Amino acid sequence: MTHRSVEVPVIARVEGEGALHITARDGEILDLRLEIYEPPRFFEAFLQGRSYAEVPDIVPRICGICPVAYQMSAIHGLERLFGVEVSPGTRELRRLLYCGEWIESHILHIFLLAAPDFLGYPNAIAMAKDHPELVRTALDIKRIGNDIMELIGGREIHPVSPRVGGFSRAARRRDLEPLLPRLEWALSEMPAIADVVASLPRPLLPREVEMVSMVNPDEYPINEGDLASTAGRRFDAATFEAVSREEHVAHSNALHSLMADTGTPYFVGPLARVNLNAERLTPVAKEVARRAGLSVPETDPFFSMAARAAEATLAIEESIRLIQAYVPPEPPMAEVVPRAGRATWVTEAPRGILYHRYDVGEDGTILEAKIVPPTSQNLRHMEEDLRNFVPGVLDRPDEELRRLCEMVVRNYDPCISCATHFLTLDIERR
Amino acid sequence: MSESGKPRVAVFKMASCDGCQLQLLDAEEALLDIAGAIDIVNFAEASSDLQPGPYDVTLVEGSMSTPEQLEQIAQIRRDTRFLITIGACATSGGVQALRNLEDLGTFVEAVYPRPEFVESLATSTPIADHVKVDLEITGCPIDRGQLLGALSSLLSGVVPRLSTAPVCIECKRRGFVCVMVVKGEPCLGPSVRTGCGAICPGFGRGCYGCFGPSQPPNTDALGKRFIELGLTPKQTSDTFRFITGWAPAFREAAEAFGDGDGRKEEEVRTP
Repeated sequence: MTHRSVEVPVIARVEGEGALHITARDGEILDLRLEIYEPPRFFEAFLQGRSYAEVPDIVPRICGICPVAYQMSAIHGLERLFGVEVSPGTRELRRLLYCGEWIESHILHIFLLAAPDFLGYPNAIAMAKDHPELVRTALDIKRIGNDIMELIGGREIHPVSPRVGGFSRAARRRDLEPLLPRLEWALSEMPAIADVVASLPRPLLPREVEMVSMVNPDEYPINEGDLASTAGRRFDAATFEAVSREEHVAHSNALHSLMADTGTPYFVGPLARVNLNAERLTPVAKEVARRAGLSVPETDPFFSMAARAAEATLAIEESIRLIQAYVPPEPPMAEVVPRAGRATWVTEAPRGILYHRYDVGEDGTILEAKIVPPTSQNLRHMEEDLRNFVPGVLDRPDEELRRLCEMVVRNYDPCISCATHFLTLDIERR
Repeated sequence: MSESGKPRVAVFKMASCDGCQLQLLDAEEALLDIAGAIDIVNFAEASSDLQPGPYDVTLVEGSMSTPEQLEQIAQIRRDTRFLITIGACATSGGVQALRNLEDLGTFVEAVYPRPEFVESLATSTPIADHVKVDLEITGCPIDRGQLLGALSSLLSGVVPRLSTAPVCIECKRRGFVCVMVVKGEPCLGPSVRTGCGAICPGFGRGCYGCFGPSQPPNTDALGKRFIELGLTPKQTSDTFRFITGWAPAFREAAEAFGDGDGRKEEEVRTP
């Protein structure tokens, strides 16, 4: 019998802290656990008793990488409960703000977090020594995403202007117009970036999965839409907790999501969105998906990087369109009168669907909050991926096996800070 | 110093959102320039090459909130010459310090179906409560300019100093309209230290305290003004008890103006 043991104390280049434990005997997985030791921060608990108006300032603190996603799920849900109608300008400015976050987050992940894996570097700085132009281009594109967030939100991390009802101040056309030539440049660079993504040596992990994302007949979904799955489900945010249930496992400070009826895991994020919304990708985004080797249906999670490249392109094209057509909302804030009830909403965070639910008192006080981030929805699916992937590579040397396992996890761009509200690898091969 | 003669820099996190260390990744061009002047030898969010100490400079984000972290920070301190804590979590416990006034068991039960699986301290506290800290950079998130400025100062052998003047000074300098005077909107600007560039008043809303108390904090006068503007005692208390609400000056103000259902400071034991 072959007993082997491998350890990775911290899985690097993911947001937050976690560890992976695998025990294998004769090529068979005996035990596999993604351990989330990122400390719990109890957001849902201390939201209780605070005013609805403070929620857009509290929830972005769950995640520095996707603060806008947290603000948008909360704000839309509370506005629906309160019956607030926002102007078209507010709606468009929110989509633009979110596009900034998609560009920033996707490019950060492709080039600073994931690409070094595929090319065998410990980090992007080492990668930059051999590929200076590529890293420079990526950082410049990422900067555009950051600048969109800063111009609209005041700052890219934890923006200050998004409020329930609109924006405390709406960006002016002249603030946004200087972005246009930079966005046009970024768009012209994306096909070449798709070729780089296509050229990266990619492990294979073909398997049957159920993917879930928002769908919207009118546009690629970000802020608005129903939920759908590749297994034919269709539901909306109000029934989310009936469709998806959470399970608390001993090794994780993040809850695991499962389909309530089948008890099976599901997969959210860029690849799910592309699969369910491919026809609504913008023209250059379709070209980028094709050049990156992605055609739907595609369920291999190693195509997530190609999906991110396509979506970053979509976000660039959408930003150009939104800025060209932008009419500032006047006034920037709609009147908000709180009422008692249950607010629910889902938006598409860069990493997948982000569900918020708030039970609100008649004066607008938050009585109870529930937040289900994309990473915790994906955790069980990540474990399943590893169960499928690891037996095929158990013969590899320790260092390589560890790197491959990290790559499987990193396909999900896991944001562990979010999921606990992630990774050390410890492989025991007996 | 590493073999290259450059200072060895490490970045760690405790309980936090990763936003402050992301400011380092978001520094893009400056990051590549700084990378030429220092060796970042341990930065898990950015690199899989994680080297053990000693470190010349260590940046730590996040608050102390689990028993393991208490051991980890003690080791980091032993390994580090100059320890910089970054962000509201590391310097005042962060927004998650809102739990410090509640019973942890209730909180765990509110979030987790199986509370027995969760290991957490009763409080979320700043790092300086536990080990000696050489420089605190406040903010939620920290300002990139302040971080890069502090690193540059250190590289040239100067111990960095950060302003503790209030946001109001910056707000006036930038010519923003005072939201409290003109719109009657509560603003923490008179009591919060500058660093953000007064972005909230610049975006037509009141400051909500990301950078912590200014010196002096002048919270008495400000809290009275909030009451005059029509805020209830709870609303006034909540305004102080927010992103940096566990900073002593704001904790005291929240208690002074609050409706008294929060526990007193001395009843909350810091481990």
